[in-house]
Amino acid sequence: MPNVPTDPAPDLPVVARFEIRRRRYLDENGALMRPLPDSLAAPESITPLYRAMVLARTLDAKCVALNRQSRLGTYATAYGQEAVPIGVASAMRAGDVLVPSYRENAALIWRGVGIDEVLSYYAGSERGSDWAGPAHDFPTSITVGGHALHAAGAAYALQYRGEARAVACVFGDAATSKGDVYEAFNLAGVWRLPVVFVITNNRWAISTPLAKQTASETLAQKGLAAGIAVEQADGNDVVAVHEAVRIGLDRGRSGGGATLVEALTYRLADHNTADDARRYRDPAEVRAHEHAEPVGRVRRWLESVQAWSDARQAELEAACSAEVEAGVEKLFGAEPEPPSVIFDHLYAEPSAELARQRDAGLRAIAAEREAKRRG
Amino acid sequence: MAEVTLVKAVNLALARAMEEDPDVLVLGQDVGVNGGVFRATEGLLERFGERRVRDTPLAELLICGASVGMAAQGLKPVCEIQFAGFIYPALDQLANHASRLRTRTRGRMTCPLVLRTPAGGGIHAPEHHSESIEAFLAHVPGLKCVTPSTPERAYGLLLSAIRDPDPVVFLEPTRLYRLAKGPVEDDGRGLPLGRAFVEREGADVTLVSWGGAMWESRAAADRLEGEGAGVELIDAASITPFDEDTVLGSVRRTGRLVVVHEAPYTGGFGAEVAARVAERALDRLLAPVERVTGFDTVMPLPKLERDYLPGVERIAAALRRALASD
Repeated sequence: MPNVPTDPAPDLPVVARFEIRRRRYLDENGALMRPLPDSLAAPESITPLYRAMVLARTLDAKCVALNRQSRLGTYATAYGQEAVPIGVASAMRAGDVLVPSYRENAALIWRGVGIDEVLSYYAGSERGSDWAGPAHDFPTSITVGGHALHAAGAAYALQYRGEARAVACVFGDAATSKGDVYEAFNLAGVWRLPVVFVITNNRWAISTPLAKQTASETLAQKGLAAGIAVEQADGNDVVAVHEAVRIGLDRGRSGGGATLVEALTYRLADHNTADDARRYRDPAEVRAHEHAEPVGRVRRWLESVQAWSDARQAELEAACSAEVEAGVEKLFGAEPEPPSVIFDHLYAEPSAELARQRDAGLRAIAAEREAKRRG
Repeated sequence: MAEVTLVKAVNLALARAMEEDPDVLVLGQDVGVNGGVFRATEGLLERFGERRVRDTPLAELLICGASVGMAAQGLKPVCEIQFAGFIYPALDQLANHASRLRTRTRGRMTCPLVLRTPAGGGIHAPEHHSESIEAFLAHVPGLKCVTPSTPERAYGLLLSAIRDPDPVVFLEPTRLYRLAKGPVEDDGRGLPLGRAFVEREGADVTLVSWGGAMWESRAAADRLEGEGAGVELIDAASITPFDEDTVLGSVRRTGRLVVVHEAPYTGGFGAEVAARVAERALDRLLAPVERVTGFDTVMPLPKLERDYLPGVERIAAALRRALASD
């Protein structure tokens, strides 16, 4: 029910009406709710998405384990939300621009960024962000919402050059409380920018539930005031996310302007490895959402059309583990970097003062390290 | 050579940069049809069209944040914040994103944007229209901050700022927009960032200033020269990177330093200048360093703003104090 009071003067003319639609294909049990879209109609077109989600889950589990062993810094998993990064990334073309937040590691990997490159950031170095993947994709945004404006600006750069490319930007439900995000929606509407904003509505912002974040019935409707196309998708249905984003990117590329997709999912995990959700969230609520998670339903559907088997599953799990282990091995096998990288990427040319600080600083750092080594 | 105002010099530099590089575009509030509230972008819309001269919604965070996105994709946005006092929402984008995109991606992505804004007091404007903000910017590694005090420097420094591969905040002294006039050769020649201008040489005392305060500093230097003192007047022009060598070289000769700026005293960039001199030329000082600055107060409304701004008397008094010690 709408939580907005009804108008006390019903004789006043209605000047605008809005509606929000929700896109769904695969229900929780893997049953089809409506015909699959053309691009994903064949089981062979869905298995890569399924594989990518299993890889994402395998990687996240590994990263949590590495964090517990103090081998990796704070890490936010996408556990239970894998359909969002994979739905988004699989809908994009190579030339499109991804502007991710910190739960889109799987999207970066889909787009060709190495596992070791993605993890290098969480292991404490930016070096992986100079990745072999798409040079135009943005690094993971840690600040919440500021990158929505980068997406709008990037979309203008594509429009400026008359390129048939579009931008996909992903952020969480809490980001919609920020002015940055409204300002980005607004600009995208006024300038008809080729950008798709995707809200990963996982219902929780660390300990803050959605009800304390907004009184809005949907987050999708926050785009209506900006005059951009909006829809809600079942964020645990990778087909729905993929199709909603694909349509939005096509709209952008063909000059039809911006799109907002609210992907409804649920954060099954803690906010990140530094968080303990038992402090603020009833485990019964989590259990109630477990069955609706995105990976199992795809497997159930694939099995229902005889496109999957236990043997293929075992093979996939082994392959994902091997890929993750190889990435982790590469990460930890990399040569340590010299402290000079602190200075070397700030400007194209360092100022005289920065060069002085670099020289003096590197000598001081070497002395500190030497003293520590000697104990 | 044509005599032009400082704001006209800004306009000429913008047009020249847009002429020579198709990736340069201008965006901000009222920069299009209106030509900017100070007319800095006048005529650009007619000449370069809406694609390259973009009026934006009224949102400073948006203007700066979208510019970061454009710059990261290879454009060279020159965005305008209408008054420096409105820059604070945009500081988030400058400090968290523009200044660190190169570091964050190890050089894969860069952020060659220029943020222009009129800065400083003295034009009888409403609240929030007269602030001096360079110290905030100086404390953000990865940014450059430049402020011209003559039309010639405005032209040359803005061209260099636009051509620079890293983000530059360009503070245009509002008070001098039409007050400062001088010859400008519209030849596309830039002036180097990070270099101070020794405006006049003198053997007895070094006077360092920048932006709008250069106006009164010049008058104070004139007055002291009338009293027989040799004042070496330096326009720092680049706050970051700061041309320490020029200032230290001068102070080592004169043994005396007066720093003048409009911004508040505590934590002002004058403190940085004084500290550098204390660290690296203390043995040559014949007098304590003098700072003539705004007060640690809110910028007064127009009735009292002249009392707030460092005036010629205050600067001249500081010069005399410095000269009296030995």
